[in-house]
Amino acid sequence: MHPAPSVILFTVLSGLGFGLLAFLGLGLPALTGWAAFFGYGAGFALAIGGLVSSTFHLGHPERALKAFTQWRSSWLSREAWAAVAALLAMGLHALGPVFFAERFQLLGTLGAALCLLTVYATSMIYTQIRAVPRWNQPATPALFLALSLAGGALLAGQAVAAALLLCIAGAVQLYAWHVGATAFTQAGTTLGTATGLGHRGTVRSFEPPHTGENYLLKEMAYVVGRKHAQKLRVIALILLVALPLLLLLIGQGALWASWLAALSHLAGALCQRWLFFAEAEHVVGLYYGRRVA
Amino acid sequence: MTLLPTSTERKMGLVIDLDTCVGCHACVTSCKGWNTENYGVPLADENPYGAETSGAFLNRVHSYEVTPETGPAQLVHFPKSCLHCEDAPCVTVCPTGASYKRTEDGIVLVNESDCIGCGLCAWACPYGAREMDPAAGVMKKCTLCVDRIYNENLPEEDRVPACVRTCPAGARHFGDLGDPDSDVSRLVAERGGMDLMPEQGTKPVNKYLPPRPKDAPIDLLGPLLEPVAETPTGLLGWLDTQLSKL
Amino acid sequence: MSQPALDTSPPVSDEIRKTTCYMCACRCGINVHMKDGKVAYIEGNRDHPVNRGVLCAKGAAGIMQVNSPARLRAPLKRVGPRGSGEFEEITWDEALELAVSWLAPLRDASPEKLAFFTGRDQSQSFTGFWAQMFGTPNYAAHGGFCSVNMATAGIYTMGGAFWEFGQPDWERAELFLLFGVAEDHDSNPIKMGIGRLKARGAKVIGVNPIRTGYNAVADEWVGITPGTDGLLILSLIHLLLKSAKIDATYLARWTNAPCLVGPDGLLLRNEAGALLVRDRRDGALKALDTQGVEPDLGATHEVDGKTCHTVFHALATRYLDPAYAPEAVAERCGLTPAQIHGLATQIADAAFNKSFNVPGTWTDFRGDTHQGFTGRPVAMHAMRGISAHANGFQTCRALHLLQILIGSVEVPGGFRFKPPYPKPATAHPRPNAEYACGAPLAGPHLGFPLGPEHLAIDENGTPKRIDKAFSWEHPLSAHGLMHMVISNAAAGDPYQIDTLFLYMANMAWNSSMNTSGTMDQLTATNPDGSYKIPRIIYADAYSSEMVAYADLILPDTTYLERHDCISLLDRPICEADAAADAIRWPVIEPDRPGHAGVRGFQSVLVDLANRLKLPGFIADDGTAFYADYADYMVNHQRKPGIGPLMGFRGNGAETGRGAPNPEQIQRYIEAGGFQVTHIPDDAQYMKPWNAAYQNWAVALGLYDAPQPYLFELWSEPLRRFQHAAEGHGERQPPEHLRDRLKRAMDPLPYWEETAIADNGYPLHALTQRPMAMYHSWGSQNAWLRQIHGQNPLFVPTAVWEANGFAEGDWARLTSPHGAITVPVAHMAALNPHTVWTWNAIGKRKGAWALRDGASETEKGFLLNHLIGELHPERDDGMRWSNSDPITGQAAWFDLRVQIEKVAAPREAQPAFPPLQSPVGQGPEHLAWKVGA
Ligand SMILES: Nc1nc2c(c(=O)[nH]1)N[C@H]1C(S)=C(S)[C@@H](COP(=O)(O)OP(=O)(O)OC[C@H]3O[C@@H](n4cnc5c(=O)[nH]c(N)nc54)[C@H](O)[C@@H]3O)O[C@H]1N2
Ligand SMILES: Nc1nc2c(c(=O)[nH]1)N[C@H]1C(S)=C(S)[C@@H](COP(=O)(O)OP(=O)(O)OC[C@H]3O[C@@H](n4cnc5c(=O)[nH]c(N)nc54)[C@H](O)[C@@H]3O)O[C@H]1N2
Ligand code: SF4
Ligand code: SF4
Ligand code: SF4
Ligand code: SF4
Ligand code: SF4
Ligand SMILES: [Mo]
Repeated sequence: MHPAPSVILFTVLSGLGFGLLAFLGLGLPALTGWAAFFGYGAGFALAIGGLVSSTFHLGHPERALKAFTQWRSSWLSREAWAAVAALLAMGLHALGPVFFAERFQLLGTLGAALCLLTVYATSMIYTQIRAVPRWNQPATPALFLALSLAGGALLAGQAVAAALLLCIAGAVQLYAWHVGATAFTQAGTTLGTATGLGHRGTVRSFEPPHTGENYLLKEMAYVVGRKHAQKLRVIALILLVALPLLLLLIGQGALWASWLAALSHLAGALCQRWLFFAEAEHVVGLYYGRRVA
Repeated sequence: MTLLPTSTERKMGLVIDLDTCVGCHACVTSCKGWNTENYGVPLADENPYGAETSGAFLNRVHSYEVTPETGPAQLVHFPKSCLHCEDAPCVTVCPTGASYKRTEDGIVLVNESDCIGCGLCAWACPYGAREMDPAAGVMKKCTLCVDRIYNENLPEEDRVPACVRTCPAGARHFGDLGDPDSDVSRLVAERGGMDLMPEQGTKPVNKYLPPRPKDAPIDLLGPLLEPVAETPTGLLGWLDTQLSKL
Repeated sequence: MSQPALDTSPPVSDEIRKTTCYMCACRCGINVHMKDGKVAYIEGNRDHPVNRGVLCAKGAAGIMQVNSPARLRAPLKRVGPRGSGEFEEITWDEALELAVSWLAPLRDASPEKLAFFTGRDQSQSFTGFWAQMFGTPNYAAHGGFCSVNMATAGIYTMGGAFWEFGQPDWERAELFLLFGVAEDHDSNPIKMGIGRLKARGAKVIGVNPIRTGYNAVADEWVGITPGTDGLLILSLIHLLLKSAKIDATYLARWTNAPCLVGPDGLLLRNEAGALLVRDRRDGALKALDTQGVEPDLGATHEVDGKTCHTVFHALATRYLDPAYAPEAVAERCGLTPAQIHGLATQIADAAFNKSFNVPGTWTDFRGDTHQGFTGRPVAMHAMRGISAHANGFQTCRALHLLQILIGSVEVPGGFRFKPPYPKPATAHPRPNAEYACGAPLAGPHLGFPLGPEHLAIDENGTPKRIDKAFSWEHPLSAHGLMHMVISNAAAGDPYQIDTLFLYMANMAWNSSMNTSGTMDQLTATNPDGSYKIPRIIYADAYSSEMVAYADLILPDTTYLERHDCISLLDRPICEADAAADAIRWPVIEPDRPGHAGVRGFQSVLVDLANRLKLPGFIADDGTAFYADYADYMVNHQRKPGIGPLMGFRGNGAETGRGAPNPEQIQRYIEAGGFQVTHIPDDAQYMKPWNAAYQNWAVALGLYDAPQPYLFELWSEPLRRFQHAAEGHGERQPPEHLRDRLKRAMDPLPYWEETAIADNGYPLHALTQRPMAMYHSWGSQNAWLRQIHGQNPLFVPTAVWEANGFAEGDWARLTSPHGAITVPVAHMAALNPHTVWTWNAIGKRKGAWALRDGASETEKGFLLNHLIGELHPERDDGMRWSNSDPITGQAAWFDLRVQIEKVAAPREAQPAFPPLQSPVGQGPEHLAWKVGA
């Protein structure tokens, strides 16, 4: 899949933002006053920034409100609702600590749940797509949630939680890669089933239907070299998990260390998310002979 | 409405005969011609006269080479447009309700005025049957020529999709695949019509008729080419006897 | 749940205008849907005999052609050097006066100095008439480099060939064999036909080195090695003769098989000139057309102490030779003996075991009456794959011989002629090349020589035509040799010309062999700096590569903006059971705002003729007969009562013959742009001999009198040339051609190697027509060029692996003539000795209004750079021309190459400097929709 910057930013930033908000909602830490203002502010900025950036790839952002209508079937619609609900709940909740030095914990907990629900809904947008076998697995929501929480924990300065969550996220990522490696084959979709010609012999794409470009090729037939991907995976893991852990260890719970770790984590997440898209093969690539064996 | 209807009154769709399709692309340009002028926005082309031209098409013809275990390699031309799936993932993912499956005939459509151009439906379609219009930013897909097949401004015989009407080889058939007695259903039954990517669980309405077996060895043992003569005189003598018998 | 409201009956258009497609030469009927006076949508006309409603990819993309940014907009006068593309726009008056100032003096002093060649012209009876009235001997269209072998072999053998001359009986054939066809002119009818065969479960066999398109859907693929079809066909004939699976009655009655070959190789005749046969009933020699005669295939006759045998005896003697056994030829053909046996078995089985009878009573030219027509359900079709080789003429003849031996021509289930065919060589005119100052030619330029006496040469043997057509080099060059015009004119051989006038032929690019050489010839100068070809006038509708090489451009309209006529006098659109013709008419007016505008070329020719005061166009009193082409279409009479259009003549109800009717074009428009008249049931088959058909044809005006004839298995015209080459007769060939003529002008089909033995060039290199692209002119079409915007060289598996190719690689391809560097792709369904690519996709930078970086100009390529019009020098010290020695047909497919992997260059090689575009470049965005 084409690793579009808007979508990478969207998922990474909103994941981080909602992760941070979730921690804040749970009172970890229980900020108040200016600290709360900046803390919640950062969470909202990230979450909303992410959501806004997601509209950049829309053909008609001015119609974005229509995306709220199909919550009964569409995860994107559900995500929209969840995001608004989470932002509302967290917004209301934030009023307390920022202005009144008060915490309405019930609202905070609800908000935190909604934040996680939003991240889950985001992940389900990808997970549900059977045509992209690498995404179409339980590891995908687990990964999104783990990363969101780990990033949130880092930003929230929850060193211990962060360390734990980073380890979990790393493990889930490794697992996702492991499952992802065979997901396409497991799904059973081949050029043979795609054309119905498989039982006649080996099928090979002879000529594409057009020598020109098209939307499908640009959007869904992105191919990343195996070596390149391996390298990026290592970099991603280091930035995403290893370096933050190291920083946390060195920093011994200091806020600067958490934030530095968060920065590294962010870079790693961008890299990870790039790979998440770039490595994901859509079955339509089969029709174009674009499947890397 | 992106909830799929539990069933549709009819299942209108195409049956494509891979044994007959010569790969001429007539269905491609006739589709582009009709649909650029009709349903929704025109099908735009980016850099139409330059490098890396990228235009929206609703139907494209691939070609595949099949190498059997024995016998020479074969080539199969393979037209592909929306299959109007019964379990259409492109519909359920759509956040706006722009994508929907019609209850009366099962046609999967995009209501362009509701489409935000998020592209999710195109991701959800395993077949690559949806393309974003490069100029208008809305999703385009095969409409099964919904503005032809019931169009009272067209003569009755022309109330078929543009691609079907134009196909010179007669490789495209249109009809109700929900009616087991329809011509298309019978064709599918006779010729072993198949689904593409059945494992994706989309339950396509459109069916593909497989190519007939090719390059079957000829039985040479028959007496048909039994020599009657090795020389002209011998041959003439034989012919003379035969003609005299008439 | 609510669904959006949807109008399923939107208005389709304001109006439908019915005319004829010209996105290729198939000439389908189209319905042009108009909105607000603009073209909104084009679909096939269901009533039209050619396409019955369907359209091909090109036809349906016509709207992009009519609105192409590459359309010319005004007459152009060259201001930069030739080949630069620098022009100034001038007015039509200036353009026409300039042309007249060049042409009028030529006509008075030396009409042969005008060479008028009209490329892919569909109005040859008109353009030829114009040239004839001008008085130049130098006129032809593009047939010489296209498929003259096919046309000529068919006409000399059986009075018509494939394509527009006839068609398979799609409804009844049980077996269909397709030789060397990728697409053909009959684009839609062949696709429709194959569809119908498939729907009935009839068997389709494709004989072709490449398995795409029709050959991909074929039930059986015979992946023959190029250039060897003749050998395969003669081997099939060998098997069929040996097993007597032939139609002896058919041969005895309708062919010259029972005729007796005299000592001089010509057939024995009586004093009245009638061919003689021996009657089986009484053993007497009789005129072949004697009523009741039963010609004896095995007859002999003594002449001057020598025993003369029949034609059948001669052919049996030749083809029963074990040299033609499958075991002897299979390897050379790239096939197995079993495959050849299999083919022969299937042919015999279909022809004789699946034979049937179509009821009907008919009378033949002898006056004998027959009950029923015997069906032989084996149909064949062939095109350039067998004709575009130097052995193509004889290969095409071999194929017709095969069809005739099994009695499958003009019978149900077989191959059937389309009016005005059948029409044998004898019924066609002879070539006319005798010219005089200020006078018209006595007759049409092109014709069918029956012997050396009809050659267009002077007493020294020097060719009278600039292309050397109808000379000893290519005696039967019935379509002229357009591919030789530019090189001969540049060389002043056989003489200098002054003005080269071209129409609709992209000679500076895809239609020439030796493309870079051709560009050099077009720009070659004398020591004084003047051009060797002093003047070039060109009429094109679009900004093609050739435009840049002309001095004066007469811009034509697109096909929806002009009158045209698809005439029975020309190459009509008839069906096997009906005569038909059609028109084009301006369904939209030409509109080039801000420029001088364009005019239909034929109307421009009328205008020029009037200004030049050409006979046939100007009455004795100086008044013009025709205002424009539409006027000509209606009022011209070739013979009294016979004009370009057959329909609505006289009072409007007369077909074929009748006085001009001023309402005629209007009536065609009302009738959907065409006219069909059916052949009566009893005249449907056996047309060359069927009195009912002959009479119908005379009534329609196709002939002046019935003209039955026999199929010529033994070709007397060929024998006359061969006889001359053996030293007999007045007109003698030059010594260096004598041996070649003795061999080539064989009265019975034979096969010989074409290409120089592989000496270092082991692979054959071919092109194929893409179904969705028409030569050069599809690349300006925004929709079509997305389908074929670049072309790889397809390489067979063994060669692919041996060279270690991978996807994305490039190769240098070298022929004895040159080298190109191009992208490669793998193909398994391909003859192992063959590489190929799609034809004419590569484009010159600056042409066709393409923008910088267009894939056609960087990754697209032509094979033409590798194909020389002359072969390299051979043992005999001669550089033989790369063409068929009989007809001069360009031997495109004799190309031999070697291949090597190279690093990918930035763009395909050779690359040429960009042309300056006279029309600018196309827009960056396109979203086409007219009307509300
Ligand atoms: N390598 C290789 N080369 C080949 C062949 C091959 O098989 N292989 N095939 C050969 C054969 S058979 C042929 S026929 C030639 C064809 O080659 P050409 O005869 O050159 O044919 P085109 O490229 O179709 O177009 C000729 C010109 O007609 C112009 N034209 C199009 N429409 C109109 C119109 O309405 N009016 C006017 N006035 N001009 C118009 C186009 O712009 C173009 O410049 O190519 C030959 N070249
Ligand atoms: N779409 C489209 N239609 C066209 C044209 C076009 O440009 N585009 N051009 C028109 C013109 S001008 C012409 S002349 C006709 C030509 O129509 P075709 O004769 O169909 O022309 P080609 O594409 O040259 O195809 C030649 C075929 O012969 C095969 N071949 C080559 N050598 C041999 C051989 O030795 N033996 C056998 N058995 N096969 C061989 C090639 O593989 C190829 O399939 O098409 C006309 N129709
Ligand atoms: S129009 Fe018919 S034959 Fe041509 S590509 Fe389409 S389906 Fe195949
Ligand atoms: S083919 Fe694709 S676009 Fe069409 S209904 Fe099925 S999933 Fe949706
Ligand atoms: S692109 Fe349009 S139709 Fe597709 S999912 Fe998005 S809103 Fe729905
Ligand atoms: S049914 Fe209509 S929209 Fe669909 S592919 Fe055919 S022509 Fe195009
Ligand atoms: S075959 Fe195609 S391009 Fe040629 S005349 Fe017919 S519709 Fe037009
Ligand atoms: Mo041609």
